[in-house]
Amino acid sequence: MSLLDVNDLSVYFHTRDGVIKAVENVSFSVDQGETLAIVGESGSGKSVACYSLLGLIPMPPGKIESGTAMFENDDLLKASTDKLRAVRGDDICMVFQDPMTCLNPYMTIGKQLIEPLVYKRCYTKEKAKERVIELLQEVGIRNPASNFDAWPHEFSGGMRQRAMIAMALISEPKLLIADEPTTALDVTIQKQILELVVNLQKRRNIGVIFISHDLAVVRSLADQVVVMESGQIVERGTTEALFNAPQHPYTQKLLAAIPSGAKNVESRAEEKTLVEVTGLTTSFYDRSTHQPFKAVDSASFALKKGEILGLVGESGSGKSTLGRSILNLVQSESGSVKYRGQEISGLSAKQMRPYRKHMQMIFQDPYSSLNPRMTIFDTLAEPLKLQGLKSRTEIIDAVFEIMDDVGLKRSYVRKYPHEFSGGQRQRIAIGRAVATKPEFIVADEPVSALDVTIQKQILDLLLELVEKHDLSMLFISHDLAVVRAVCDRVLVMNAGRILEEGETEALWASPKDAYTKTLLSASHVLV
Amino acid sequence: MLRFIAGRLLQAIPVLFAVVTITFFLVRAAPGGPFDDEKAVVPEVRAALEAQYQLDQPLHRQYFSYLGDLLRGDLGPSFKYPGRSVNEIIAAGFPVTAELGIYAILVAIMIGGVAGVTAALRPNTLQDYLPMSAAMIGICMPAFLLGPLLLLIFGVKLEWLPVSGWGQLSGDKLLPSLTLGTAYAAYIARLSRGGMLDVMTQDYIRTARAKGLPEHIVVVKHGLRAGFIPVVAFLGPAFAGILSGSFVIETVFQIHGLGRFYVQAAFNRDYTLIMGCTLFLSVLIILFNLLSDIVAAWMNPRLRAQVGGGRRK
Amino acid sequence: MSQSLTLEKYEKGTSLWTDAWVRLKKNHLAITGLVFLIVLALLCLFAPLLTPYGYEEQNIALGASGPSLQHWLGTDTFGRDLLSRILYGGRVSLAVGLVATAVSLIIGVTYGAIAGYVGGRVDAVMMRFVDIVYALPFMIFVVLLMVVFGRNLILLFLAIGAVEWLTMARIVRGQVQTLRQQEFVEAAIAMGLSNWTIIRKHLIPNSLGPVIVYTTLTIPSVMLFEAFLSFLGLGIQPPQSSWGVLISYGVETMEEYPWLLIFPGLLLSITLFALNFLGDGLRDALDVRSSKD
Repeated sequence: MSLLDVNDLSVYFHTRDGVIKAVENVSFSVDQGETLAIVGESGSGKSVACYSLLGLIPMPPGKIESGTAMFENDDLLKASTDKLRAVRGDDICMVFQDPMTCLNPYMTIGKQLIEPLVYKRCYTKEKAKERVIELLQEVGIRNPASNFDAWPHEFSGGMRQRAMIAMALISEPKLLIADEPTTALDVTIQKQILELVVNLQKRRNIGVIFISHDLAVVRSLADQVVVMESGQIVERGTTEALFNAPQHPYTQKLLAAIPSGAKNVESRAEEKTLVEVTGLTTSFYDRSTHQPFKAVDSASFALKKGEILGLVGESGSGKSTLGRSILNLVQSESGSVKYRGQEISGLSAKQMRPYRKHMQMIFQDPYSSLNPRMTIFDTLAEPLKLQGLKSRTEIIDAVFEIMDDVGLKRSYVRKYPHEFSGGQRQRIAIGRAVATKPEFIVADEPVSALDVTIQKQILDLLLELVEKHDLSMLFISHDLAVVRAVCDRVLVMNAGRILEEGETEALWASPKDAYTKTLLSASHVLV
Repeated sequence: MLRFIAGRLLQAIPVLFAVVTITFFLVRAAPGGPFDDEKAVVPEVRAALEAQYQLDQPLHRQYFSYLGDLLRGDLGPSFKYPGRSVNEIIAAGFPVTAELGIYAILVAIMIGGVAGVTAALRPNTLQDYLPMSAAMIGICMPAFLLGPLLLLIFGVKLEWLPVSGWGQLSGDKLLPSLTLGTAYAAYIARLSRGGMLDVMTQDYIRTARAKGLPEHIVVVKHGLRAGFIPVVAFLGPAFAGILSGSFVIETVFQIHGLGRFYVQAAFNRDYTLIMGCTLFLSVLIILFNLLSDIVAAWMNPRLRAQVGGGRRK
Repeated sequence: MSQSLTLEKYEKGTSLWTDAWVRLKKNHLAITGLVFLIVLALLCLFAPLLTPYGYEEQNIALGASGPSLQHWLGTDTFGRDLLSRILYGGRVSLAVGLVATAVSLIIGVTYGAIAGYVGGRVDAVMMRFVDIVYALPFMIFVVLLMVVFGRNLILLFLAIGAVEWLTMARIVRGQVQTLRQQEFVEAAIAMGLSNWTIIRKHLIPNSLGPVIVYTTLTIPSVMLFEAFLSFLGLGIQPPQSSWGVLISYGVETMEEYPWLLIFPGLLLSITLFALNFLGDGLRDALDVRSSKD
């Protein structure tokens, strides 16, 4: 018999703008010792489905319209609040996506971890503390005894997630629901956490539901996979079957959208150097340690005309700061940046102005990179007006041209950013960047905030524009697969320093630096 | 922690200095002196009085002389109440005002805190609307309106409570404290409701529920810690407001506290009393603000380390 | 050919302001408050045309009397019509509220915007100044000021405005700082826009929300402060009167003639209610969390 058997679950949200069918007729089951992966993009309903099992969705707008969820002969969906509370944290435990916001910042790690034991199993505080320390050890937190009294903000991202996992496992649950537990973590840490989950599962023979948008992650640890789109399950099967022979068009689309393999477009790099960076250093002042620290430490490289140069690193590596320093959006401390042989690194804002139209930036977050009070027209017209375009006819024509270029319907021209999806907003942002017909673009994680299927569209768009407008690009990302699919050459960065540089395929085949090797082995690549 | 306190106290010194100087010159800039409306005084006697109180000296001499006295803790003699020093008057009036203030703050925190938290637990229902409407009344009815009204109803018409005095008749402390505390209870209710609403939608509250913890633990142990911080931060300004509110309450309820003396002194141009009270009240306000800042910082673990109260590593 | 027509055929999107207005309209309390305030303002403004009695017109023979057909709200001890006095007093109270708030708005917004935008040392120094001034016991100073320089209306405006600008400066600075971190401001800098254009087109429109809310909530606080001063005998001086003055007269005679206290008090309270409900409604409506999905 299955551990958890969900049948025909439907969850709707009754908001003042209408009814949102978040989950529709969803059925799945998990056995003891088995890992079920629920895969889908944002809005697919995968999280809502699982949260509703434990009554964790806000119930005034949310309502469970139908379905049963049998767990140990009880229907969770019809259980009383007391019964649910008894099951939570005891038989079924959850691990959430962002450990920074999901751990109470006002309580020490230890105090939070002993709670399930103290309040549900009636352990004494001392006994619970012992148990917690054992478990912290098991999940790989060093010095568990002294870290018992640590505050969440003193832990790194990876350690916090380990603590969350410990908190979930402390009551020896039968089922663990993990909602995107590795998404907020760096690639090298992701791998460690995944291994931890797999080990723990085997050791304790628990059932695991693993929710993720990342198919690559899922492949390495799921037995069964269920794919959701817009609240419904579109395909299910064993991992191998699904990956080798996807049946449903959405699954196929999802798999196809994952960047894999080498870049399949010819490199357009020329011999001439467009941007030359030498010994660039940017420092910030760290308020907590009262020390200055080097976000970018003596970076040097050359970007050739026509090439797409990748800049790869984990969070905190300094890659964004490097991009911004090159464009003088952040004041660098020393070193030189030459554009077409001209020194631009020390220029004042006024002196920079004539260069600005040649070099633009595409930002990561489509939600904050557009002024919410300006229509598309205003946003795209702004750089054009700066160029000197005066007549309204010219401006309107130019705006429409840009919109066509980036794939936005002309009828949207008077709409506001909040009326668009993330992918569309990113198109607007790209449109703004190419409006002045620049030569050089710094793209800072341009697709990291987007769903996989949208990612592919935007990456294709970028490649198209590079070709069409003869652009040269510095492509910054933490996602190695994306970088491989798009860049001609790659720079690897860590802790402010550029560690390695090389042609993309050569680097993938034989990385020289130890860090590069770790990075490559940690990233999942679907071959 | 000590460094933080010492630092803040040091910062307070220029403020106090500014207070002394501004008040000093401001008061003396006023037209009229302390002896102007005495019954017609013969000029020679007037001159003698002024000499006695050093009013015939050039202004800057008076200033430095006053500063000197201050350092010795001497706030000078009252101009208007001959034979009594300012220190005495403050010592007599302050305990009354202090007691009134303490009761008012307690009323404010208890009523306001409970009202706000209860409202936040079931937003947009009756449990929310009732306390918040009451809170709105507290904000929109100033003390000088509420006081007399309550006096009218409970003191005059119903004759349940005395209409004036403090400590003389039983029950006479109730109305003044309630009146003064009500406006601040209203602000605290709104702040705690806002703070709790914010906190209860946080992810870590969902985690606490996912752990199956009893609801009261979720609210009290997990929610209140963060939810109450805006209230604690508000206590500094609240205290300042209560002190100035006491001026009015003491007038309406005929209480012989410091506030009443202060207003009288302002009218009478009793320079030393004005200066003394101003200084005294300012020191109190500064200390209280410091206290509330420290507690608010302590409540936030990230800041606690900066303030110096964290664990030893 | 008129080019502006070229765009008109495309459907206009709903701006965030429109969104906010729609949301505000659904808040019945706030709208009621708004309507009440508009009506009140008009009544007070046209008081000279509307009131049959001057506010100084005495009728000693009548003395204090309760509500009647000739005097809807009754008369005070000098036989002056209470309704007229309340309307005239309203002009003063509302005027003080608006003008003092305007003063604090201008000073606060400018100060806060500069501190927030320039940042760095300039910001540190400016905010340190605000902290020090904040710590000064202002109430006390204003009381002193009023005593010292007499009850001058202009001085009253300035004194009250000078107290309120501090919080406004803090709010604006916070807003501007948050906005500066937003990527669209970085994009504007990357585009090469001048500082002034960035402030005008990107920072100000996006800061207006909290500024509007706080302004609406400052007005009642200012009116309360004026009433407080007048009650202590320090604010407006006769023959002019404000609601605070009327209330203080009312307190003196509240046992015999309670209506002299109740009516002005009621009106002050209701006005404050309306302003607060409106401010709360604006805050809810403008809470721009809807720009994120």
